[in-house]
Amino acid sequence: MFPKGTKRKFSDSREEPVAGGEDVNQSSLAAVRMLSSYSLQRQSLLDMSLIKLQLCHMLVEPNLCRSVLIANTVRQIQEEMTQDGTWQIMTQALSAANAAAQCSADRLVATEVLCRQTEAAQGEQVPKPFPVVGSEGCPAEEVLEEEEAAAAEVGMTMSTVSPQAPTSYLPGTFGMDPCWEEEETGEDDDDDEEEDSEECGSGSEGEERERDSLVEDTRTAEQVFGTFEIKNPAPSPDPALEELFSDVDASYYDLDTVLTGMQSVPKMGPYDLLESLSSHGPSPLSSSTSCRSDLNELDHIMEIIVGS
Amino acid sequence: MAGAGGGSNDVQWCFSQVKGAIDDDVAEADIISTVEFNHSGELLATGDKGGRVVIFQQEIENKSQPQCRSEYNVYSTFQSHEPEFDYLKSLEIEEKINKIRWLPQKNAAQFLLSTNDKTIKLWKISERDKRPEGYNLKEEDGRYIDPNTVTALRVPVFRPMDLMVEASPRRVFANAHTYHINSISINSDHETYLSADDLRINLWHQEITDRSFNIVDIKPANMEELTEVITAAEFHPHQCNTFVYSSSKGTIRLCDMRASALCDTHSKLFEEPEDPSNRSFFSEIISSISDVKFSHNGRYMMTRDYLSVKIWDLNMESRPVETYQVHEYLRNKLCSLYENDCIFDKFECCWNGNDSVVMTGSYNNFFRMFDRGQRRDVTLEASREGSKPQQVLKPRKVCADGKRKKDEISVDSLDFNKKILHTAWHPQDNVIAVATTNNLYIFQDKVN
Repeated sequence: MFPKGTKRKFSDSREEPVAGGEDVNQSSLAAVRMLSSYSLQRQSLLDMSLIKLQLCHMLVEPNLCRSVLIANTVRQIQEEMTQDGTWQIMTQALSAANAAAQCSADRLVATEVLCRQTEAAQGEQVPKPFPVVGSEGCPAEEVLEEEEAAAAEVGMTMSTVSPQAPTSYLPGTFGMDPCWEEEETGEDDDDDEEEDSEECGSGSEGEERERDSLVEDTRTAEQVFGTFEIKNPAPSPDPALEELFSDVDASYYDLDTVLTGMQSVPKMGPYDLLESLSSHGPSPLSSSTSCRSDLNELDHIMEIIVGS
Repeated sequence: MAGAGGGSNDVQWCFSQVKGAIDDDVAEADIISTVEFNHSGELLATGDKGGRVVIFQQEIENKSQPQCRSEYNVYSTFQSHEPEFDYLKSLEIEEKINKIRWLPQKNAAQFLLSTNDKTIKLWKISERDKRPEGYNLKEEDGRYIDPNTVTALRVPVFRPMDLMVEASPRRVFANAHTYHINSISINSDHETYLSADDLRINLWHQEITDRSFNIVDIKPANMEELTEVITAAEFHPHQCNTFVYSSSKGTIRLCDMRASALCDTHSKLFEEPEDPSNRSFFSEIISSISDVKFSHNGRYMMTRDYLSVKIWDLNMESRPVETYQVHEYLRNKLCSLYENDCIFDKFECCWNGNDSVVMTGSYNNFFRMFDRGQRRDVTLEASREGSKPQQVLKPRKVCADGKRKKDEISVDSLDFNKKILHTAWHPQDNVIAVATTNNLYIFQDKVN
C-alpha cells in the first residue's frame, strides 16, 4: 500500500563513496549500491520537498503551516549539505558548468547535465547514461525553451526538463527504472526498493541538481514567503481609486501574491502587485494545471538524468 | 483489554448510532471538519466542508428502558458559511467549518461560534413551539383586515405549534485575519473570545464585531524568515487572563493578558527536549502540535503531535508529565507519510468529563483512548461492521513487525485515507462522538 521506496530508513551511518571504487569492475548495478545511501535518501527527500513547495504554489490557497514545515526541512537538508562539504562541491561544479554551457540560469541544471560531459562528475563509478547527450551539445535546449515558458512560474529545476528530449537519449545500459516511476507504480518488491533508494539522485549529478535546486530554493523560499508582504506600494494611486478602497483593510494584502500571480495577474487592484509578481511572469491557469500533471513526468526524467 | 474508562469499573464501549451517508463515494461537502458537544452534552454540533452545521439533540432519557441511553437526533441544520471569493487576491475562501464552540447557556436559546478560514459567526439557535393567533387586524395567513369590518376586539393568544428550531446569525466577525483561522476559544469571563490564525491571535468581545485586539503576533518583518506558525490556541477554563498557543515547532506558550497588551512574550514556554536517538529530517514535522486542550480542572493541558499525546502540568515547563504513543509503528514510515502528505494531518484530542481518560484519532478509522489513572490504553474502530445496536466494540491491535497474530492488522494494510481527525467526549457521561470522513459515530458505555 505504500509507494515504492517507503521502507527506507534514514540511517545515521554514511557509507563512504570511496568504497564504490572497489567495485569498478562489477556491474553498474552493484556500483550504484555502494554509494552512500544516506546522501541519496537525503537527496530524494530534498527533491520531494521542493516539488511539494512548488506544487503548493499552484493551489488556490496554500496551507501555511505545511509550507513552513516543508521549507524548514529543505533548509535543514541544505544546512547539513553545507556542513558536509557537498554544497561547496556542487557550487563549484555548477559554476563551471554554467560558464561552459552558457545557458541562462533559468535553464537550470537539467540543461547543464544534458550538455555537460559526465567527467565533471566526481569520478564515482556510476553508470553514465549520457555521453551521447553530452556530445551533441545542448539539443534539449530548444525543447526546454517551450517547456520553460509553460513552466516558468514553477521555477523549479525539474520543471524545465523536457519530457521528450532526454528520453531519446536514454541508453540501454541504464537498466534500472528510476525511483519516481517505481513509486508511482507502487510495486512492493524489496529488491527493487533497494535499487531505487540508491538510484535517486546519485553522485555528483544529483548534487549538482541539488545545488541548482537549492538555488531555486532561495527563490522558492522567497516565492513561498517573500511575497506574502506587499512590496511597499510606493506609487501614489489615483485618489478616486484610493477612496474607493479606503475602508479595505490593508493587512488583507499580505497574503502570498505568488498564487495570485499564478492565476490572474491583471486582476490586482490599485495596489500594484505586478512588481512582486514580475519574477514569475504571467501564467495562465491552464499551463499551471498542465505543469502539475507534467511534473511527475519531469521528475521521472530528472531521475533518469541524474540518477545514474 | 476490555476498555478504558474513568472510574474503577472497566468501561465497555458499545456502538450507539451512526450518522451520515452509507455509500463509500464521499461527497466533498459532506466531509466532517469539526465536532463539539455543548456544555450540558445535550447538543452535539458538527461542521462540514460544505459550510453546514448540523446539531443533534439528545432525547430525554426513556426511563422505562434503562438499558438504552437516549439517542441523538437531528435538531437543526443550517448553512453557516458560504464560499467566498477574494477578488483582490483572486483566491477562493473555503466555506469549510474549521471550528465550532458553544457559548455557555444563559437563557432558553443556544449560542455557538462557528468559523471558517476568515470569518467567525455567532449563531443563535432557538426553539419556537408557540405562535400568536387571533390578531384583530390580520388574518391567519397575513392578509390585512379592513378595520371597518371589525366589530369586536380580542386579545391574541399563544397557541402551540409544531416545534420549529431556528438558527439565525447574530454577529459576523469578519476581516480580522489575514491567514487561516485554526482556533477559536471562548473565555471564562463569558464576554470575550479569541481567534487564532497561522501568525496572529485576536481577542474579541462577543458583542462587538467591528473591532478586535491583536494579542499575539509572530509574523516576522521579513516573511522569508518565517519558520514557525501558530497551530492552536485556547483560553484557560477558569482563569480569564490566561491562554495558551501551540506552534509548528512543538512548543506551547502560556500567556497572561495582564502582563501586557501584546502577549508576544510568553509567561511560560513548554517544550520537551528532543530525543537525539530519534532525530531525523522529519523530527520537526512530527513535533508540530496539531491540537492543545486544557483539562476540565484547569491544572493540565494536553497536546497532540503526529505520533503522540502529551499531558503537561501547567506548573512544569520542562517536559510533559505523561506521554502516550498513538501509533508509534508509523515512525518507520515517515518518509512515505511525508510523500503522501499524511504527515501533515492534524489530529485533535479530547478529555473525558473528569480528566481521567484522553482520546484521539488515528488511521484506518481507529481511535485510541488512554486511561491516565489505570495506565491502560485501547484501540477501537469506527466502522459499519461493528455497528449493531449496543454491540460492544472489539479492541484492535496493529502489528508493527512481521509476526501478525490472528485479528491483528499489519501496518501495511492500514488505510491512510480513513482518518479520524475529530473526536469529542460528552462533558459528563461516557458518550463519545467520533467523526470518520463523512460519518459521525456515537458510542457509549455499556449500561449494565
